Amino acid sequence: MKALLIGEYRQGKLLDSTYELQAFATQLGAESAMMLVGDAAEAPKFGGRLYLADAAKYGEYNPDLHKKLVLEAVAKEDPDYIIFVHSSYGWDLAPRVAAALKAGQVSEVVSILDGKFEVTCCNGKMRRKVSPKSARTVLTIQAGAFSLQGEPQGAPQLETLDLAETAALVEFVGYEAAEQKDVDLTRAEVIVSAGRGVGKKDNIPTIAALARALGGELGASRPVVDAGWVPHSHQVGTTGQTVSPKLYVACGISGAIQHLAGMKKADFIVAINKDKDAPIGEIADVLVVADVMQFVPAMTARCAR
Amino acid sequence: MKILVCIKQVPDMESRFKPNSEGTWYDETDLAFRMNEYDEYAVEQAVQLKEQLGGEPEITVLSIGPDRVVEAIKKALAMGADRAVQIQDDKYYQKDPWQIASAIASHARTQNYDLIFTGMQSQDRGSAQVGVNVAEMLGFACATTLVGFAYDSGTITAKRELEGGIKGVAKLKLPALVTCQLGLNTPRYPTLPNIMKAKKKELVVQPIAELLKEAELTATDKMYPPARKGGGIVIEGDVNDQIDRLLGILKDKTTVFR
Repeated sequence: MKALLIGEYRQGKLLDSTYELQAFATQLGAESAMMLVGDAAEAPKFGGRLYLADAAKYGEYNPDLHKKLVLEAVAKEDPDYIIFVHSSYGWDLAPRVAAALKAGQVSEVVSILDGKFEVTCCNGKMRRKVSPKSARTVLTIQAGAFSLQGEPQGAPQLETLDLAETAALVEFVGYEAAEQKDVDLTRAEVIVSAGRGVGKKDNIPTIAALARALGGELGASRPVVDAGWVPHSHQVGTTGQTVSPKLYVACGISGAIQHLAGMKKADFIVAINKDKDAPIGEIADVLVVADVMQFVPAMTARCAR
Repeated sequence: MKILVCIKQVPDMESRFKPNSEGTWYDETDLAFRMNEYDEYAVEQAVQLKEQLGGEPEITVLSIGPDRVVEAIKKALAMGADRAVQIQDDKYYQKDPWQIASAIASHARTQNYDLIFTGMQSQDRGSAQVGVNVAEMLGFACATTLVGFAYDSGTITAKRELEGGIKGVAKLKLPALVTCQLGLNTPRYPTLPNIMKAKKKELVVQPIAELLKEAELTATDKMYPPARKGGGIVIEGDVNDQIDRLLGILKDKTTVFR
């Protein structure tokens, strides 16, 4: 069984998530080669063949050309599986490659179950076991679900990829930096975060009051930031900050994977949620089943005593 | 300009889910359905573009599923879409993303759309494949995960959301397909007069068999709730008793009160 792993490179750097692909391929028991649009100076540590295309020529985000480059590597390597990280790069590129090869795609794999693939659905409340029905299969793996045992090792054998034709439909303009942070949640010992379950913007001060009573900072989940209830600088999760406080209190946060990725390394997690089945309960040390707006003010009053 | 917006109707994610009798999807009994959240941003962006262009574009909204999806279609019409297509399919959940995309592409090939909006994924299946597959099948330029959209004389400037709060900006020319991320805009609430007007808008119903010629490339063997990892303490009951228990645990297990 052969796998082609598609590495990621952004703003001149190899992304560490590239090594998660290696961890997954090892679990799958596949012999693997890697493909990267990047730079030889930033090649991954890897003991196999690396198909390398120059990011200076093919861009960091140029899905039409990156698709063609992956197809070149597929033609040379003839893999059974073509594997991406389920990231802004991977979920954008993988379906293009799958469509070109007419290969079945399984998205956001969290585990391998007797040769089939387990994925989450319904906001983490259910799982599906999925079987590919095509000769070749494209997979994207959930970010953070697979990690390499020990340090990555090896020097790859480089094979350069080039395209004769470089016309593309999408033109990359550039990056916009993240907004300036007025609060550094990464240093906070206690974070009390508000999720959609707090109900409305007027309730945010109630959550902030508990954060103050516990000597911590206010955090927030994405929907709360999108709704404009809390500034982006307080957002915890994949597109916000990744935090590891001593205590994390999630108030009315259901626990989408993007949020969990940002806070699961907290030493102790308390979730307050009226939904006993909310996925946040999967990783919480304590799940308080309660209405946030009843529980939090009462808790604040007790902590302030 | 002809615009297509693809929407899905999904259960409220606060619901309790259990597998159906086939064991390959969820049981729809007792579930409340609504428009997929990502798709609300897609509808809103299409309507904003129509307004920007003085009402010239015609917006078609399309949904695949059983007759309950007409409720989501009506919401999109009340938000400002002009006409609708329901691709009728009671067994929608047995189709894989490739088949759903191929049915949409079959429809789109007959209509000469210039621009297609979809959500970046559905909240229930969450494969994030259908939009991109449709673009590939039609040969459209495509960008995913938009948190910013601007249009000027045939060119879209798309702001994509990347990890860590960084954005990537790209330009693409029509014909194009973009997939919408949460926070792209603020979806409007339909007004009562617009809800009334929506009832008179055209709704074409077409059986999926007329559009779907492709076999599945993946299949769901089984759907099931995740195994509880256990270990976590669940505290229920009276609020004051809950606080007593929680404070006891925090004093014991954390250094926050030391």
